[in-house]
Amino acid sequence: MTEEIRGRSLWQDALARLKRNRAAVTALVLLALIVLLVTAGPWLSPWSLDEIDWDHISTPPSLETRHWFGTDSVGRDLFVRTLHGGRMSLMVGLVATAVSLVIGIAWGATAGYLGGRVDGFMMRVVDILYAMPFMFFVILLMVFFGRDILLIFVAIGAINWLDMARIVRGQTLALKQREFVEAAVACGLTAPRIIARHIVPNLLGVVAVYVTLTIPQVILVESFLSFLGLGVQEPATSWGALVNEGAQEMESAPWSLLFPAGFLAATLFCFNFIGDGLRDALDPRDR
Amino acid sequence: MLRYSLKRLLGAIPTLLILLTLAFFMMRLAPGGPFDSEKSLPPEIQANLDRKYHLDEPLLQQYGRYLWDLLHGDFGPSFQYRDYTVNELIASGFPVSLRLGLASIAIALVVGVALGTLAALRQNRPADHGIMTLAMTGISIPNFVLAPLLILLFAVHLGWLPAGGWNGGQWRNLVLPVIALALPQVAYIARLMRGSMIEVLRGNAIRTARAKGLPERTVILRHALKPALLPVVSFLGPATAAVITGSVVIEQIFGIPGLGRHFVQGALNRDYTLVMGVVVFYGALIVLLNFVVDLLYAALDPRVRYR
Repeated sequence: MTEEIRGRSLWQDALARLKRNRAAVTALVLLALIVLLVTAGPWLSPWSLDEIDWDHISTPPSLETRHWFGTDSVGRDLFVRTLHGGRMSLMVGLVATAVSLVIGIAWGATAGYLGGRVDGFMMRVVDILYAMPFMFFVILLMVFFGRDILLIFVAIGAINWLDMARIVRGQTLALKQREFVEAAVACGLTAPRIIARHIVPNLLGVVAVYVTLTIPQVILVESFLSFLGLGVQEPATSWGALVNEGAQEMESAPWSLLFPAGFLAATLFCFNFIGDGLRDALDPRDR
Repeated sequence: MLRYSLKRLLGAIPTLLILLTLAFFMMRLAPGGPFDSEKSLPPEIQANLDRKYHLDEPLLQQYGRYLWDLLHGDFGPSFQYRDYTVNELIASGFPVSLRLGLASIAIALVVGVALGTLAALRQNRPADHGIMTLAMTGISIPNFVLAPLLILLFAVHLGWLPAGGWNGGQWRNLVLPVIALALPQVAYIARLMRGSMIEVLRGNAIRTARAKGLPERTVILRHALKPALLPVVSFLGPATAAVITGSVVIEQIFGIPGLGRHFVQGALNRDYTLVMGVVVFYGALIVLLNFVVDLLYAALDPRVRYR
């Protein structure tokens, strides 16, 4: 009996390559741990987000006081605050990335598929928007319209779709030459249906890579705003806001800077490594 | 080349116009006027103020006036610092920010290109892995996290450098903020450079150069470096934008009296004209720089001009 030779799909191939990438696997495990800690961690601690412990103000990390990451200058528990901040940062990362994903895919796929003048115009819009100093506009938005969480999500999402639109358009241009699209056209499907059913599903590989690289960017933007005092407002907190508070106390209480900064950097590190690993796995040209 | 430059210049104009329009209408759409923070004023005084700042005119006329003033380089008065115009604030802050930004970009370019080339030449060997891990670290640590850590280590613990201040731009005051600003860009440039250098080294031109028996040094420096630099040149636009944005927090952290600090103070004090002036100024600067980068790119790579 001969052994049957089985083909491997693109995804199986990619997965195998990803598993061999030690840095990416480590990052994946570490990220899973961070997510788990951030979701479940606050329940483990006896303290709550804005509870003030008058006996321990600005105390270093200690097991006895049950302030595992110490307390800040008004006696709030930093373990709980860091993890709550993490929830906020990760949530902003996911939601804003989703916003940019939807706009970017719709815009890029439409431009690429329709081609011609429409494409020229749509991409020109992207070029122009690309040259705008968006961080400044987001800050303006925050100043003029108040510091609203929802606004942060939308504003950040609205910046980040540009790269996504460009990448998706490029892929769509290549895809629409393929036979299955021709077959769909021959069957009489309308353009929106072809885009939704035949183009978009085939873009997912590239999009997956890009999403893992967009999430850390978005988290970075949110932290940047919060660091300046223009993002998330009390009583809610995020890693950027905590780094800001910690930086003001760092000479007397370095732990209040080091814990949130460590979590923020580790998370960004993980996402970047996973994104890089995914890209190498799906497109192994350069290795 | 002239035709190409003109075409590019024409392309930059709508971008600039959209920037101004967006900025103007965003400010006008904002809830509340610029004087709402004060006690409620008698209607006559309110009317006088509105007349003085032309707030009583139709929106389109205000828009026209705003464009006209900007065309003459007039950003208007600051609402917060009553004795200064926005022009004066920009004139006092920008030279400081420029010095900081130029130093950062220069360092990012030199170090980034050197590290990237080194990594490409040692592809998949320990030096390459080391440099790329370092680059990843540089990308993952935001500069507003890096800056306090640098202060903690070099200013507070070791006491080698001052923790902040400007002091007329002494090099001791420049070191830490420049490192914090440049490091992420060093990382991006090193990664870009490695990728493009690897690509170039595989090409026929390099094989020919080697076949001629040129020493490796000459092959790299004279034949590979220039084509490999192209992606780095086109990255200069985004890099400058990132350094400008980064300088906003870095100036805040180090207490440097630059334009970025004015911007943050203005934003926190709701000083509309100042904030707006900085956005328009920096926006125009970025558009202009992108134009210069395009020209530079075309000068280095003639293929672009004939597209």
